[in-house]
Amino acid sequence: MKRFAASELFHSFRHNRSAMIGAAIVAMFVVMVSIGPWLVAQDPYDVAQLELMDSFKPPVWLEGGVPQYLLGTDGQGRDVLASIVYGSRISLFIGFTAMLGSCVLGAALGLLAGFYGGKLDSVIMRIADIQLSFPSVLTALFLMSAFGTGADKVLIALISVGWVVYARIVRGSTLRESQKEYVQAARVSGLPNRKIILRHVLPNVLTPLIVVATIQVGTFILIEASLSFLGVGVPITEPSLGLLIKNGFDVLFSGLWWISVFPGLFIMLIVFGINLLGDFLRDELNPRLK
Amino acid sequence: MTMTPLPSAEPTATPLLSVTGLKTYFHTFAGVVKAVDGVSFDLALGEILGLVGESGGGKSMIGFSIMGLIDPPGRIEAGEIRFEGQDLLRLDEARMRGVRGKRIAMIFQDPMTALNPLYTVGNQLEEMLRLHTDMPAGQRRARCVEMLRDVGIPQPEERLDSYPHQFSGGMRQRVVIAIAMIAGPRLLIADEPTTALDVTIQAQLLRLMKRQVEQTRASLILITHDLAAVSQMADKVVVLYCGRIVERGPTARLIRRPAHHYTRGLLDSIPHDDRSRRRLHQIPGSVPNIRALPPGCAFAPRCSAAQPLCREVEPVLAEFAPGHAAACHFPLEAKL
Amino acid sequence: MFGYFTKRLIQIVVVLWAVSVLVFVMMSFTGDPTYMMVPLDATEEQIAQARRLLGLNDSHLVQYGHFLSSLVRGDFGRSFVFRQPAMQLILERLPATLEIVILAMAIALVVAIPLGVYAGASPERASSHAVMAGSLVGISLPGFWLGMVLIYVFAVKLQLVPSSGRGPTQELFGLRVSFLSWEGFRHLILPALTLSVGTLAILIRIIRAEMMEVMKQDYIKFARAKGADRRGVLFKHGLKNALIPLVTVFGLMMGDLIAFATLTETIFAWPGIGKLLVDSIYRGDRPVIVVYLMFVAFMFVVVNFVVDILYAVIDPRIKVK
Repeated sequence: MKRFAASELFHSFRHNRSAMIGAAIVAMFVVMVSIGPWLVAQDPYDVAQLELMDSFKPPVWLEGGVPQYLLGTDGQGRDVLASIVYGSRISLFIGFTAMLGSCVLGAALGLLAGFYGGKLDSVIMRIADIQLSFPSVLTALFLMSAFGTGADKVLIALISVGWVVYARIVRGSTLRESQKEYVQAARVSGLPNRKIILRHVLPNVLTPLIVVATIQVGTFILIEASLSFLGVGVPITEPSLGLLIKNGFDVLFSGLWWISVFPGLFIMLIVFGINLLGDFLRDELNPRLK
Repeated sequence: MTMTPLPSAEPTATPLLSVTGLKTYFHTFAGVVKAVDGVSFDLALGEILGLVGESGGGKSMIGFSIMGLIDPPGRIEAGEIRFEGQDLLRLDEARMRGVRGKRIAMIFQDPMTALNPLYTVGNQLEEMLRLHTDMPAGQRRARCVEMLRDVGIPQPEERLDSYPHQFSGGMRQRVVIAIAMIAGPRLLIADEPTTALDVTIQAQLLRLMKRQVEQTRASLILITHDLAAVSQMADKVVVLYCGRIVERGPTARLIRRPAHHYTRGLLDSIPHDDRSRRRLHQIPGSVPNIRALPPGCAFAPRCSAAQPLCREVEPVLAEFAPGHAAACHFPLEAKL
Repeated sequence: MFGYFTKRLIQIVVVLWAVSVLVFVMMSFTGDPTYMMVPLDATEEQIAQARRLLGLNDSHLVQYGHFLSSLVRGDFGRSFVFRQPAMQLILERLPATLEIVILAMAIALVVAIPLGVYAGASPERASSHAVMAGSLVGISLPGFWLGMVLIYVFAVKLQLVPSSGRGPTQELFGLRVSFLSWEGFRHLILPALTLSVGTLAILIRIIRAEMMEVMKQDYIKFARAKGADRRGVLFKHGLKNALIPLVTVFGLMMGDLIAFATLTETIFAWPGIGKLLVDSIYRGDRPVIVVYLMFVAFMFVVVNFVVDILYAVIDPRIKVK
């Protein structure tokens, strides 16, 4: 049955051009962040490898460009492309890890709330309601202003805003599943709650999460970029794509556009690819979810 | 059931509506659905025609074809719909809009969904006058009140400012009838107008419609699965099965002496109010998959009188009495 | 009606209280504000005295009590940096933010409604697919980066508009606004455009989805059977029905616009509350952050209240309860 669903999904995937494009973009980024550092000529954070002579070189197709630096260099002579490869690793790592964390935390809280109900349920859902009435970016911004910079702190901030959506979905489907006979039967047969939840309820509430999780990676990449751009995200020692844009912003007015424009283009590309995939999954897995 | 035999008035003038060889197909992933497959009939001014068949028989699509409201994946493949002398299928969209609502109006099956929930009844009624007349605003309102009163809505002045959800189903259908009639159409197409309603008000609404078309000397196409309703309303009947006409004729004659076994089956399934308490018959089986019709007569698989011939050769519609025709190899009544 | 307002009022109080707790807990994390208050060369004694004055030696519960009671009294504290009441700072800068937020919302609605209606009414057309692809790009790009690109193209290269700051302002109903003069408007246009893009893209997608749903309804076909033209069918009968779910997300969108205004204002050096917030975070100006949070929370509650009323205006089936 599962294999059939998988093949069905694969079939419609093969016939969906935008889904294929999305997958290709995501695959390209996965390759880039995994083997990219060995392909680019320079480790942009190894000061020994930087040539100050080569600072502010434009992209190769402009006058003054050098083949060595395809997308130009910044003020320290850092290769923009190499910075993007290293920055993408940080951006994608944060986006993906924060999604996983939110998913686990949110699903766990949602399961508890839905399965046990009562006070626990109303406390968790009340917190979720209040959080949802505040834009995620703003909440994350406040958290970061309290925490200070750091990739680990960005992760905590993102998970703190990201768990809500999973908790709500999982709670809803848990409530529905708990009414079903197989769960009732398992309860009557004296199976411990922990086992009922993990074995019977959890597998049945996972599908809708896949769509949300996919799109959330993109959202998190954007939020992280915003935080880093405002200077409350990752520190200067581990620059994500967002921080690269910030660094380039200062020299934008001098006409040195490539330092900030290219990192932004790459953010747009990866989030676009993720969203294409997410749209496809939503249409296939749960058409009702908008 | 009382039936007055109709005077066999041969229409001499050109009919109001003349449908010839209409084919409306739906091109779906699973194949082509021939919802309307070569249907022809005429309708004179002031006449009432009953289009009868089981649900899924493509009856509604005839109505929508006449209105020019077939949406993809549906398409009118062939045929001619001649109305007041011009072929509607050749009109451009702008000219067709002038026909819709003004010359030909339509009543939908479910009055709960046909009215826009966000506008007052008066607004939706007045929209017809705004679209199709140059009546000044003050006059329009008076006309709307008059129209609502005409279809039997109490306190029409106040009800004009009510929203659809403040009306009962029967009252809403009266509003829909008012909307359809207000621009004075020559032809009214009623698509299962009473199916969604309570049995007790079905008869009232049918009478109302009949009175409306008689008063304005308009024609009516009543699309329904209810042969009993048709027998009380219509001058003539067209029976459809799987998108094709299986029998047509003057109402009284067709009901008294049906020729096609399908018509017979439909008639037998009408509950009679005489005391004999005959068991209701039901046609065995169900409407076949319209995407993959068997060769020969489409009704053969359900027909008690089917012969090997019926499964091989498709019968053609043959007239065996004036105005009365059936598509059957072995009709119940071979001759007059 | 009276019961409804009472319920709303209680809701506002609860939300504000929750935010006050949240703010207090968060602020306890951010470390000791004493050092913001005392001169750099303060002695141990002076610091200890400042701590005592600030009440930092009390238990957290007592501190929260002080915090809450001063909030209730309308005393929102003074900015460490500006030495002014924090609320006054927020109110001074509010018109600038509202100006770009409202203009951004207007741009988003004016562009998204026709595009969304069109894409929803004929979803299979190539142009509809193009609209959808465009809106997906719109939600995929970082808004602040787009703002920078716009600055580079229109301000640095083409020099059509200024790159940053707010232009001259005029007084309108006691608020200082800049859109009344041409020079002011020139300053306004890029920030508002930048801010609108994300909302615009999401709106297109929502309107399209709703229109696709609405177009399947009987009353649309009935409207066509009445002889209404395409514009009448789409905009009179279709759009209004599609707008109802849109009203629900309107509050969320205003929230997002205010949130993203922090970024937009930072890029364009636009003197609104968003930039004030970011600056205050850099400077650790705690009272301003607190007031910003409380104020924005209050604004969201008010917006949701307006949304509820809008609902009842658009949909006759809903009564204000």
